[in-house]
Amino acid sequence: MAQTSEARTDSPLLEVRDLSISFARPGGETSITRNVSFDVNAGERVGVVGESGCGKTVTGLALLGLLPRRTARIRGRILFQGRDLLTMPAREFRRLRGRDISMIFQEPMSALDPVFTVGEQLTETLRSHEKVSRAEARERAIAALEEVGIPSPHTRIDEYPYQFSGGMRQRVMIAMALICRPKLVIADEPTTALDVTVQAQIIDLLRSLSDSHGTALLFITHDLGVVAETCSRLLTMYAGEVVENAPVDDVLLRPGHPYSSGLLRSLPGLSERGSRLPSIPGRVPAPDQMPAGCRFQQRCPHAAPLCEQHPELEPFQGPREVRCWRKDELTLTGAV
Amino acid sequence: MNALASNPIDNRDDTVSVDDLVIHFHTRAGTVKAVDGVSFDIRPGETFGIIGESGSGKTTLGRALAGLLKATDGHIRYQGREPAALSKAEQRQIRRDYQIIFQDPHAALNPRMTILQSVMEPMEILRDGDARQRQRVAKEALERVGLPAEIGRRYPHELSGGQKQRVNIARTLTLKPRFIVCDEVVAALDVSIRGSVLNLFADLQKELGITYAFITHDISVVSHVSDRVGVLYLGRLMEVGPAAAVTEKPIHPYTQALLSAEPLPLPSDQRDQRRAIRLQGEIPSPLAPPSGCRFRTRCPAAQARCAEQEPAWREVAPEHWVACHFADSEGGPLDREQSIQHNNNR
Repeated sequence: MAQTSEARTDSPLLEVRDLSISFARPGGETSITRNVSFDVNAGERVGVVGESGCGKTVTGLALLGLLPRRTARIRGRILFQGRDLLTMPAREFRRLRGRDISMIFQEPMSALDPVFTVGEQLTETLRSHEKVSRAEARERAIAALEEVGIPSPHTRIDEYPYQFSGGMRQRVMIAMALICRPKLVIADEPTTALDVTVQAQIIDLLRSLSDSHGTALLFITHDLGVVAETCSRLLTMYAGEVVENAPVDDVLLRPGHPYSSGLLRSLPGLSERGSRLPSIPGRVPAPDQMPAGCRFQQRCPHAAPLCEQHPELEPFQGPREVRCWRKDELTLTGAV
Repeated sequence: MNALASNPIDNRDDTVSVDDLVIHFHTRAGTVKAVDGVSFDIRPGETFGIIGESGSGKTTLGRALAGLLKATDGHIRYQGREPAALSKAEQRQIRRDYQIIFQDPHAALNPRMTILQSVMEPMEILRDGDARQRQRVAKEALERVGLPAEIGRRYPHELSGGQKQRVNIARTLTLKPRFIVCDEVVAALDVSIRGSVLNLFADLQKELGITYAFITHDISVVSHVSDRVGVLYLGRLMEVGPAAAVTEKPIHPYTQALLSAEPLPLPSDQRDQRRAIRLQGEIPSPLAPPSGCRFRTRCPAAQARCAEQEPAWREVAPEHWVACHFADSEGGPLDREQSIQHNNNR
């Protein structure tokens, strides 16, 4: 369905099908995402954008099995190499997590354990998934630190996270995420806490490591510039649904969904200096106040009576999918 | 609108002059040289943008501009005078004329107060008018920033980030400020609504003649809203000039690197034309800034001279100031390097 590259005979690395996530609350359920479907091919870099509250992070956590078991209700399928993660025994999922799928978070300081050295944390990750000796694990950890550009890794491996700067900590996180050579890395706003000059270094690093190891990347971010520099395909999420799934260049030139277009037009860098800046009026509806039809209709400049009905994610212009009744008649502004 | 118009003591020079400003903090680890010799003027009615990475001293500078921090050395003059030289009454007026709006709109509001109470609070502190007048001014301010009147009865947690930032703007407006320091005022907001908040700032400037110092790490924001831009690195200015010149044809290698690091939402075929200057490492500690030029440890064009001698602050083009030994009106050292390579290739 969401297959984008032509003439692929093998199945995608990750197939997410109708993933609906809700959280139990007293007296009912709060629905966070609805029928989210997309694929990630081996080695492919896919960006996920949307405002806060659109379900990006929750989707990423679900792929890693990190949502709280007691309250999260997850429906649908998450096929990783053809096997459904949602029905897989917990033990098996634990073995897979960190080895085949790993994650990079926004805040390296809260993701690293302050009382263990960087080396201890790297070797622990490695030794919990592979049968390697202590000495060999240490060698691999040093090599991993070197690969992510940490100077003098032989000495720095014995230092604690607080001894690293923000950018270096994020490099350590990347080393840890990649040490078992995973097939898929989920990166949730990995550069948001960093300065732009350091962000540029980290983006270069992620891109080159993903290229050299063939690691697929699901890159969750609010920054369309970062997606343009990193990814080849873009998922736009709005209010818990995928509203557009398309090659990045296509979206930048001619977005298929009014929400993708609104996000792009909101970037101040694309407007003439001092001119009025476009923005998207209103805010993402709260989970318990979702409109019945198209969820974007209240904020959409192109809403029509038809939009009272709920649109499906449908094919649009070749390799794309768009959830909008008016996709074929609208000509939307992109970044250029 | 009249209740919000500026104080009618006009014909005065609203220039804010910063003259060799130094702000140091003494900590157990040593002296943090947050701002270390910075001079510039902010002209009446303009928006002066200040860009810098974390650790550049931009927030310290902003707090000092709003009168929240005392200078270790050097001066900030308002209307040509130093606050210390003014009478108590004049000092109080300055406090009200020079305001600051912070990054986190939520942290700036008391969760136990209604929005209207929060907006009225500064006037209460300054004993402006009576209760009824304060309420009238507060309601007018809320209306001015585009919020419905009923929001006055609500509490901060019921509002979106954009609405809360509008409340903070309204609260500042009740004091009829002449000058507002905007410290990362849209950084915490979703991209989709930043535009509308930035438009509001522009409208208020047009209507009320307010001067802004706009502090941000976001180059696209600063280049959009500013008339002039200053680039701060480790407590020193690297470059100051008209916004178009600094953000489109920067001269200092640091400004060039900052601009080339900004991720642009352009299709791949248009992105390759950009020259990528990748800086090594991160900003050094303001506890021990490098000798000579502070940027030299990360500068791709650094020479021996840069370690020995601090670059002079020179006007290399009209209104365009740069602190680099190798800059002139033709450009900076990185431009020259490129043209040399270009010639060799021919």
